[in-house]
Amino acid sequence: MSVRAIAARTGELLRAADARGLNAVLHWSEAHLEFEAARLEGQGPGPLAGMPIAIKDNIATLDLPTTCGSRILEGYVSPFEATAVRRLREAGALIAAKTNLDEFAMGSSTEHSAFGRVLHPMDPTRVPGGSSGGSGALVGAGVVPAALGSETGGSVRQPASFCGVVGVKPSYGRVSRYGLVAFGSSLDCISVFGQTVQDASRVLATISGHDPLDATSLARPPMAVAAPRADLRGLRIGLPREYFPADLDAGVRAGMERTIAVMRDLGATIVDVSLPHTQYAVPTYYIIAPAEASANLARYDGVRFGPTRPEGLPDVGALYRTTRGRGFGPEVRRRILIGTYVLSAGYYEAYYGKAQRMRARIADDFRQAFAAGVDLLFTPTTPTTAFKAGEKTEDPVQMYLADIFVCSVSLAGLPGLSIPVGRSEGLPVGGQLIAPYGEDERMLEVAGTLEGRLDATAEVR
Amino acid sequence: MTWETVIGLEVHVQLGTRSKMFCGCATSFGEDPNTNVCPVCLGLPGALPVPNGEAIRLGVRGALALECTVHPVSVFARKNYFYPDLPKGYQISQYDKPLATRGRLRIDSPERGQLEVGITRLHLEEDAGKSLHDRFPGLTAVDLNRAGVPLAEIVSEPDLRSPGEARAYLTTLKQLLVYAGVSDCSMEKGHLRVDANLSVRRVGAPAFGTKTEVKNVNSFANVERALESERARQIAVLESGGTVQQVTMLFDAATGEARPMRSKEQSHDYRYFPDPDLPPLVLRAEWVEDERRRLPELPEAKRARLVAQYGLPTYDAGVLSSEVALADFFEELVAAGSEPKAASNWVMGDVMTSYNQTGGFPVSAAVTGAVIGLVKDGTVSLQAAKKVYAELVTSGGTPREVAERLGLIQVRDESALERWVDAVMAASPGEVERYRNGETKLLGFLVGQVMKASQGKADPKGVQPVLLRRLSQ
Repeated sequence: MSVRAIAARTGELLRAADARGLNAVLHWSEAHLEFEAARLEGQGPGPLAGMPIAIKDNIATLDLPTTCGSRILEGYVSPFEATAVRRLREAGALIAAKTNLDEFAMGSSTEHSAFGRVLHPMDPTRVPGGSSGGSGALVGAGVVPAALGSETGGSVRQPASFCGVVGVKPSYGRVSRYGLVAFGSSLDCISVFGQTVQDASRVLATISGHDPLDATSLARPPMAVAAPRADLRGLRIGLPREYFPADLDAGVRAGMERTIAVMRDLGATIVDVSLPHTQYAVPTYYIIAPAEASANLARYDGVRFGPTRPEGLPDVGALYRTTRGRGFGPEVRRRILIGTYVLSAGYYEAYYGKAQRMRARIADDFRQAFAAGVDLLFTPTTPTTAFKAGEKTEDPVQMYLADIFVCSVSLAGLPGLSIPVGRSEGLPVGGQLIAPYGEDERMLEVAGTLEGRLDATAEVR
Repeated sequence: MTWETVIGLEVHVQLGTRSKMFCGCATSFGEDPNTNVCPVCLGLPGALPVPNGEAIRLGVRGALALECTVHPVSVFARKNYFYPDLPKGYQISQYDKPLATRGRLRIDSPERGQLEVGITRLHLEEDAGKSLHDRFPGLTAVDLNRAGVPLAEIVSEPDLRSPGEARAYLTTLKQLLVYAGVSDCSMEKGHLRVDANLSVRRVGAPAFGTKTEVKNVNSFANVERALESERARQIAVLESGGTVQQVTMLFDAATGEARPMRSKEQSHDYRYFPDPDLPPLVLRAEWVEDERRRLPELPEAKRARLVAQYGLPTYDAGVLSSEVALADFFEELVAAGSEPKAASNWVMGDVMTSYNQTGGFPVSAAVTGAVIGLVKDGTVSLQAAKKVYAELVTSGGTPREVAERLGLIQVRDESALERWVDAVMAASPGEVERYRNGETKLLGFLVGQVMKASQGKADPKGVQPVLLRRLSQ
């Protein structure tokens, strides 16, 4: 298929998605697809030749706006592009669209976008997860084979689980953050959705590798495209007991049991492990991420970019109050307030200092589990399948708990991925693999192996 | 004196790099507003800072020159506050883990002589931009060329006891930093900015008084003036039974007075925390030692060596080492054969004058040495040599050729000298008579007359024997 034909087909699919009100996409146009096709025709073929890829709208692109799902950046077009996007374009990928998200990636359902909620691709009454819900839904709906999302605390694995697709968060530092609009910088990772492990792995192989523009980028070569293993013999897979609570959703539990049985069949040794500080992950995350966000979002002050400032303001304080009060939605304002509070004089030690120490303990839990001879960990990605729209919007804490199984991995900087393992009452169930720091490829190889042995569309009970 | 003054200084020095602290933008001065900018220093969404290795190196050099302990691990932190010229809404600085701590600087106090001032810390940070309140009526313009320029903040202990000592500290610090190649310290370009903390207490009182901070004074002389004014104000408050409020003062150069800016109680909570975009700065011990070895000779050591090696007076050594270039020029002169004290006199005099006027050395050390040589071998007088040097500055040439052209070569030819001596004796018969009658102190007058008759060309060393011979005939 020629790139022209791919662009045209992508345009049809995007138009159809819009027509059914998926609202997964914030920016795309026929003209832009044609522009991309022309660019690729003039460019030699690359490892991702002609692969249409959607980009979460908090990742800077040159030719489409970058709004982060926020009024405060409405119409903003970045004068530079993210390193990951540049590498995709150079590898021959076609940048298809910019996808909807929870405002500034803060949320777990993509209901917090200033530009409307994203529908679940299989059930419009449900959420696709978040914050990368637009990318997850678009891949889940089969519009694109792969998309970039971003994770701060599970924002790709969780929607991947809900939407029945593969979602991979690499080790912190393996993919450059340059051009990813910062939320919680010590946690933020550009991450990847794929219809298959292979799709995700090809994209990761392209965008990973050292970037001199990001001081936290790891000095390691790009990842190899992971080849599935023939079996899992010799592999020890740990099941952290804290991730299998008694009240775990029955469908999710069945999905896990089914997958564990397949792992055993493939020769893996399954062991029980403990990550004792797991219960502190969500509270720790909700101190550290907002603290960093409170500084990262200070630049949206109305002075240099964003919508035109209102006339007749008496002073600069009024400019800040008006710009930020009108520009940020309630969830973003809530997190800025929390973050400002936990960093305040007199509270720093009690909150931020303590959270940093807890973060170190959570990371140490993982280190000890791996040091004891476990190669990978396996857990449910989410406590439930996709929940109903509006179900958790009135209760932020319930919303935060949707990330209970994905948060720890982010705090520890580890690679983690979610693969679809089956369906419960028609909704996808995701299983999570977690690898030691820097062992992203091991996780992808095993996921590739499982993918070939699991019927992701079959009911798990 | 019933009051003791206590002063501590915070100095921001621009590190002499070509590019900014966390991006590749130029640090060049005087460009059009907002031209030395990029996504990083504009704080655009998605841009990330990457530390400038040269800025770190220069910071370390400064710390070593100040005899600080350079820490193997230091941490960049975000200092959060809103201001239109602060693009990210935070400044990247260092807070609880600075680059270096506990150094010292020896200064010459105008009141107490040699003393050592403690250096609390030296840390790295980026500069903010500049708010321009006078460009557009009723509006504030923002120039971000300076945003992200690398700075070292150097904080002294409260060891200074007078505005004069504060000035001496600044002068010595500036000289040290220029020597070490840390900064040009150009005051006009704002490379060095001073915030001063001052309090007063009764002599002998154990605790410090309440301090005030005088911010952003633009010259060392004004620091001294501002502190004089603030000291007087605090003493007046206390002597009238009042208490000093902890405030920030703004110095008005026009009136020479400092006035309160804002109350410290209302000051910001900067909510410092480690910058997650920047891993801890780790410096290998060998690398730091290497930088220490690479430090040039610093002013104090140079002064001591000039005294020991060349037998110069302490005063001369101080003047010559005020700038490396002057001391180097002096040593070149000596190496080329000039006698040290003569070379020192020349450098402190005519050479320094032309250096200050031109910013360089219009006459090379080799040529200047040749001028000094003409004096030493009696070819020209010292006065004539100064004329020769001045001519070399304006028109160039070789010293001997210039001396000849200006007719400044001293005449030693016996018959020529005899002609001038005879003429003077003939014109002053009274003085000659009195000399011969024992008034020998008139010899000086007669030598002077001969010099005058020769229009300065006669060699004074040759004149005296001829005159004595003729007078005794």
